[in-house]
Parts: sequence; structure tokens; C-alpha cells
Amino acid sequence: MSTINTTINGKSEAIQDVDPSTPLLWVLRDHLGLVGTKYGCGIAQCGACTVHIDGSPVRSCSTPVSAAQGKSVTTIEGLAVNVGALTAVQQAWVEHDVPQCGYCQAGQIMSATALLKANPNPSDADIDAAMSGNFCRCGTYPRIRAAIHSAAKAQRGEKA
Amino acid sequence: MSKQADSLQIANVSRRRFLKGMAGAGALVLAVRWTPSFAQDQEKAYGADAMPNGWVDDPNVFISIDPDGTVTVTNHRAEMGQGIRTSLVMVVADELGADWDRVRVEQAEGNEKKYGNQNTDGSRSMRHWFEPMRRAGAAARTMLEQAAAQQWSVPVSECKAGVHTVVHQPSGRALGFGDLAEAAAQLPVPERSTLQLKPASEWRYIGKNSGPQPDGKIGQRPLAIDGEEIVEGRAVYGADVRLDGMLYAVIARPPVYGAKLGSFDDSKALKVPGVVKVVTVGGQPIAFNPLGGVAVVAENTWAAIAGRNALSIQWDNSTAGDNASYDSIAYRKKLEQTAKSPGKVIREKGDAEAALADADRRVEATYYMPHLAQAPMEPPVAIARIVDGKAEIWGPVQNPQATRDTVAGRLGMDPAKVTVNVTLLGGGFGRKSKPDFVVEAADLSRQFGGRPVRVQWTREDDLHHSYFHAVSLDHLEAGLDGEGRPLAWRHRTLSPSIGSLFGPDPKHKGEFELGMGFSTMPFDIPAIRLENPEASAHVRIGWYRAVYNLPHAFAIQSFASEMAAAAGRDHRDYLLELLGPARKIDPRDFGDSWNYDENPQLYPIDIGRMRAVVEKATEAAGWGREMPKGRGLGLAVHHSFVAYTAVVLDVEVTDAGDVIVHNADMAFDCGPQVNPDRIRSQLEGACVMGIGIGLHSEISAENGRIQQDNFHQYQIPRMSHAPRNIRVHLINGGFDEPLGGVGEPGMPPVAPALCNAIFAATGKRIRRLPVGDQLRS
Ligand code: FES
Ligand code: FES
Repeated sequence: MSTINTTINGKSEAIQDVDPSTPLLWVLRDHLGLVGTKYGCGIAQCGACTVHIDGSPVRSCSTPVSAAQGKSVTTIEGLAVNVGALTAVQQAWVEHDVPQCGYCQAGQIMSATALLKANPNPSDADIDAAMSGNFCRCGTYPRIRAAIHSAAKAQRGEKA
Repeated sequence: MSKQADSLQIANVSRRRFLKGMAGAGALVLAVRWTPSFAQDQEKAYGADAMPNGWVDDPNVFISIDPDGTVTVTNHRAEMGQGIRTSLVMVVADELGADWDRVRVEQAEGNEKKYGNQNTDGSRSMRHWFEPMRRAGAAARTMLEQAAAQQWSVPVSECKAGVHTVVHQPSGRALGFGDLAEAAAQLPVPERSTLQLKPASEWRYIGKNSGPQPDGKIGQRPLAIDGEEIVEGRAVYGADVRLDGMLYAVIARPPVYGAKLGSFDDSKALKVPGVVKVVTVGGQPIAFNPLGGVAVVAENTWAAIAGRNALSIQWDNSTAGDNASYDSIAYRKKLEQTAKSPGKVIREKGDAEAALADADRRVEATYYMPHLAQAPMEPPVAIARIVDGKAEIWGPVQNPQATRDTVAGRLGMDPAKVTVNVTLLGGGFGRKSKPDFVVEAADLSRQFGGRPVRVQWTREDDLHHSYFHAVSLDHLEAGLDGEGRPLAWRHRTLSPSIGSLFGPDPKHKGEFELGMGFSTMPFDIPAIRLENPEASAHVRIGWYRAVYNLPHAFAIQSFASEMAAAAGRDHRDYLLELLGPARKIDPRDFGDSWNYDENPQLYPIDIGRMRAVVEKATEAAGWGREMPKGRGLGLAVHHSFVAYTAVVLDVEVTDAGDVIVHNADMAFDCGPQVNPDRIRSQLEGACVMGIGIGLHSEISAENGRIQQDNFHQYQIPRMSHAPRNIRVHLINGGFDEPLGGVGEPGMPPVAPALCNAIFAATGKRIRRLPVGDQLRS
């Protein structure tokens, strides 16, 4: 088993003793203890496991850890600079009381963050397209939509 | 308000060190004990009094105040998205006068002797615990005022708690809660009869809104107590607990309900790097016991999953009887046949058969709802370890005491030696009130000498081995007079009973199952006959959010729309006529003495409230307006969990047969609204989940095996399926009514409203759920 050299939430990691085909999700959760990223389906259907690799959203349950070699991985724990300093997306989520059980929300926030980076002013149709791979069994979709619009305004410097 | 309140006793337990070992144990600790007085022994118990351990043992709710002023409230109900950790704490904080920024919540372990009933289902948390929590807060506030009075040597009547301080009103002197906590803890707890609850006009949190409101204003109430931790990924769910030396297990279970392990070959599994051992887990297909199977135990989750995939197993179906040939399509056809003959009579008024025979016109329809899996976003998961003859559990469980008892039974331990730590639940919906997955973890820990073991269910496991929502077939016939008015109503409902989980299959629904909108059907029709023919269970049946209300409401509310169409009448007008004049019905007059375990005198079926939600939802949706081609409004109403919901959906069916739900108007009356924004979010969620039941979700079986492996086959709603606008209209809301349920009652009317809207849009009637591709050309 080879060593995987990667950066996770800004910190370089040399991951050892892991089969390189192991999904990134389980390396994050079991080996590195970063349990903010969730398991929901394991087959790239639900989006609960969404993280960023070099800024792009990926389903970590279906991405081998080897894909992180030489790349930069961001998880929900690494989104804010430090605890309590929420990003605009996280802030909007709190203000709209988006989470019900909250289990899907790490994945939702990672997808929404990537969407707003690529598209600072998404339409409802853009939101549908970008977020339809992130399931929420509690049905928080209307609030997710509202929070994305709010966060987009905040990021553009407009009053939410 | 309720008689339960009369029996509330409050004891100061700080010197008994109830909080020993708990983080942040403070100086002032209060316990609320809820014991019915002897005078009421003769009467049937209702509400929380009717719950196991609700009144026999010591239901306790704790408040502690640290010298630095931090107020810690122990929440003993399971948090699964309904927001109870925020809402109950809010109630205490308000009565106490605490500043929200200095309030924290601590989750209680499973211990009903100490905390009272903790079984978090049935939409009961707030309606059973609002009063005791208020009184706990009021008692603590009174003690703080008394402590201040002593300190200043002034009459207590001159001391009044403000926000986190007690003020001596004549002089303006003030002391913080933290300064007073220690002295207050030395005082006797005031008599319940002397407690002064705050008038609603003084509430700062109860009944107030939070966050951005539909009218664009920002609410004043505190936001969700766990909100920041959730968005930062710091909130702890079942699978997030990590213990030193922990093993990870994934289990292969028999695909057919009641089957057992034949033989297996684990040689390939053992070669998977990280796999430690393969062992068997004993099972019994009854109640909350595990199903049994083969466990692959490994150093990490992925190795356990890969190891399980490498197992080769022969299952033995000889113990499964005809479950091994269960085919859900054939079963539906069988139920359709059975529904043609009379069944056990549940309720009868007048001579429905004669009235049907004499009617000018007959309307007839058969409705079907398939099996469903709760599929909480977090699949079942639990961790167990055994140290020095004591078991400790961590898990997302709705029913911690049942978890404790079932684990204790499995391990042959005194339940007192089992500690159940309740994590956040990543959704529950009824699935996590059955702790079979926790028992698996406990069994495996024992097999590994007490070492911590986490059992992780994959999504495939979750869908294959749910406690499924029962299939349901409902056959209805109505007779109308020449003007289209209803003369007779006959409803036959067929569905396996949850009773099949706990003993010999009763083959008929029990009173509580019938009481979920079937026997309690409220229409004002001269002749009514309700029957329940036989139906047996072939998979593991359990409760799913709103339970049998789902098929009953689907059938009854669809049929009301069909009757209106047959009569050539507007659906809303016709529905209001079916409901009849405002009146209060004692459910016992319908043969239902269950009534969600609530007192029928306090909680009658109130037709006035049913009419009011119909009127509100239709008015808000602009009922009666001209709709574009291919678009229609659909309406349904239902009473469940002692609350009232009406839904109007604005639905488009495209030329290709796709269904788009544009808008939803939900009118909801649950009586007092303690946390209105959270009620709104529960209704929004119910709308989305209900649309999923209408459009996509179906569990089917062939040769006894569930055919859906994962979310590519078991479809749940996505962002694009949710209405752009879900407008929740909360009505009534006065605190003079008793509290109703919230988590479930939003669900039942959604699917029938959807199908009624599809009919309005296209003239096509959907009688078999889900809609699936039935509208495609
Ligand atoms: S867990 Fe990765 S997409 Fe569902
Ligand atoms: S908030 Fe519960 S699954 Fe999304």
C-alpha cells in the first residue's frame, strides 16, 4: 500500500496503510476522524458525502482516495476559516433555519458553495440543476433554495 | 390547563447529586416528577399519563444553573429534525427568564424512571411536555427570587426575575442568576400550587417567530440551538461517535422475512485487508430483535463492506413459510379480490347496503398504496461496548428506553447496567424507534469481549430490512341521490397490521390503526358501513411517519373528489358539505376509544376546525380561479394526531406526462404554536415527503425479496420535485386549546391533494400510488 500525499482542509497529510481504491469518504471518516462528511448511499446518488477536490464538488463515497493524490481536499470542517467564523453560505443556512435533522446539510452546503463560486447569481433553474443530486429526506429544499439566494446576495455585497 | 398539570410535583434533587458525572453540573438542579393522584386511579389515563413510565416512575426534567450563570437544560426527547431540543429548551428558558445566549442543552440518556417517557414518536413531545417544562422553569425562577430576597433581607414580593437577573424593584438592585444559583439550591422547592406561570404577554420565546418570515420580517425567537454545529459539520450523529479500539461491522441479513442462515463461506471475505473476523449474529423475526445473519467485523467501515460483498451465503427459507414466495404485485391483486366481499364490520350507521342499492347513482373506486421505507438520510448505525459487566450504547434512537430494555434482554443484563447515549438522529420517521440495529452492536461487542463495535447499515441494508409501511388497499362505494348528494358510504380497508410484528398475525387492523382516519372518518352521510377484511403480513411491518393515516387519507380524500366530480359539483363546496356543520364529535361515538391516547373530551374531532383549514387553504390558493391548460388545483383535508391539515397543490402535468408541483398552500391547526417557525418547517418537510409518496416512492417484493437496492431504485424527492413555494398558514393557535401534534399530521393530505390536482389538470384519476409513469403516453 502506497502513501497518498494530499492536502486536507489546508493541512498536508500523508495517508498510509490504506488501499488506494478505498473511497475517500471512509478515509476521511474512519482514518482521519473527519466525520462531518456523511454516508447516505455509497453510490453517488444522494450527495451526503460531497466534498471539494481542488474546489470542485465530488461524491467522496465514489471517489477513490488515490484521486486526492497531490490535490487539495476541502470538507465541511474546513469551509470556515475557524470555528464560529461562518461562510456566507453557512450563515444563510443558520439564518433560514434550514436544517431539520441536519444529516444531509454538510453535502448540501458543499454543493451550494461550489455552485455560488461558479455562478454568483444562480436562477431557480440553476439551483435545481446544481442541487438535484443532494437529497434531503426531511424536505428542507424550499429553505435551501431561499438560503442560496440569500447567500448569493450577501456574497455580492447586497443586503440579503 | 389539563388535569395532568394538577399532579405535577417538583423536587429539589441537587443534594442527591443527580447530575454526578455530567458535564457542567450546576448548583441548582430541579427534577420534575409527574405522578397522577390517587383520585384519578379510577379514570382512564390519557396523554402523557397513558405512556409507559409516564406516571408510574419518576419522569424528570433537569435545569441546572452554574455559578457563571450558564443555564443547562436537559432534553430527554430524541432530536430527529423536529427541533425539540430547541423548542422544549425554549419553553424552560422563557418561564425561567433566561437569556437565550446563556442557555445550553444537554441530551438525556435513556432512563424513563428518571425522565419520564422518552419514546419520541406519535407527534407527542410538545403536547406532553409543554406543561411540565413550564412549571420546572417557573419553580426555578421562584427559587431564584426567594434567594435574592434572603440576600437583601427584603420581602420576596419585591423581587422579580428579569432577563437572567433578579431585580429588587423598589431599589433597583440586581443579582444575576449565577450569583443566586447556589443559595437558591438550598431552598425548598415551592409548592406546585404556589407557582406562578408567566402570562403569554410576558413570553419572549414561546409562540414567537424566528428567522426570515413569509412577510419578509425577521423574527425575534432564537434560532435552532444546533444550527451552527450542523452547518460546521460538528454536530454528532450516531456514526460520528469514535471510541478507542473500535471495530466496524457490516452484517448480511436474510433477504426473506423469517428465513435463517443456512451455510456460508467466508474464505474470500477473510482475505479482504482489514477484515478481522466473520461471526454470526442470532436473530428472531419479532418485535425489535435483529433479523440475524453473518457479520463481517473489520478495522474500518470500507473493509467491512468489502468483506461482506465477498461472502457467499446460503439462506434457509424453510422457516419463512409463504413469505418466501411473497410477490407484492400478486398480493395487490389478491387484496383486490378480497375487497369484493364483506369483511369485519368496524362501524355502521343506517343501512348502507340498502341505500347503495336504492341510490340514483353509484360511485366506486379502489385505491392502493405500496410498501414504503422510511429511509432516513442516516441509515441505522449504533456503537456498543461492554466494560465490567456494564454495557454502553451510542446511537440515534427514537425510543431509548426500549433500546435499553431490548439490549439488556439480549445480553441477559439488568437494564440498570445498560446506558443508552442518545446522539442526534439523521432522520427517524419511525424507523429508529425500532432498535434492532443497536441490539446487533451489543451482541457483537459481547462476542468481541466487550470491545467497542460499530454496526453500520448500508443504504441497501436499510431498504432491504426496513420495518416497512404496510401495503394498503381501500375499496370505496358511495350512493348519490338525483341531486348528487351522498346517501351511503361503504369503505373496506385491507392492510397487514403492525400487530404482526409483535405476535401471531392478527390479519386485521387494530383499534389504533383503524383510528387513524378510517373509523374516525368524519363525513356527515346518512348511511355508513366501514369494514376491514383480512390481510396478512409477509414482510416486517412497522410504523412510518403518519402510519395508516396515509392510505386512509389517500383513499377517503381521493374518493370525496370523485364523488364531487360524479355529482358535477365543485370539490371544495362538496367537501364542506360532506363534512357537514361545525360540531364536535366524540371519537368513541365512532367506536374509537384510542384517539391518539388523548382525552376525547379535551380532544374531540372538531368539524369546525376541519372546515376552517379547508377554507383557509383554498382561499390562500385562489381556489376556483381559471387555470392554464394542463394545470389544476387539488385539495385534501385530514385530521390526525389531534391536529388538522388541509392542503391545496397547484400542479402541472406536461405533455410528456411529467408532474410539476408549482405551489402548495397548507393550512394547519395544531392548537397552540409553541415554536411557529419549526411547525412551518415540519409542514414544509411533510409536503415534500408526501409528494414523494405520491410521485415516486415504492418498495416492492418478488420471491420474498425487496427489489429496491438503493436510491436509484427507491426514489425519494429531490430539489426539483419540491414546490417552489410552500406556504404554510398556521391558524387558530390560541393557548386556550390543548396542544396538538406537529411532526406527522402534515403528511396524510398531501398525496390525495396531488392526485386530485392531477385529475383537475388532466381528467385522469390516479388510484394506485405512486404516480410513476402512469401519466406518460
Ligand atoms: S453517500 Fe455519496 S452520494 Fe450518497
Ligand atoms: S435535514 Fe434531514 S436529511 Fe436533510
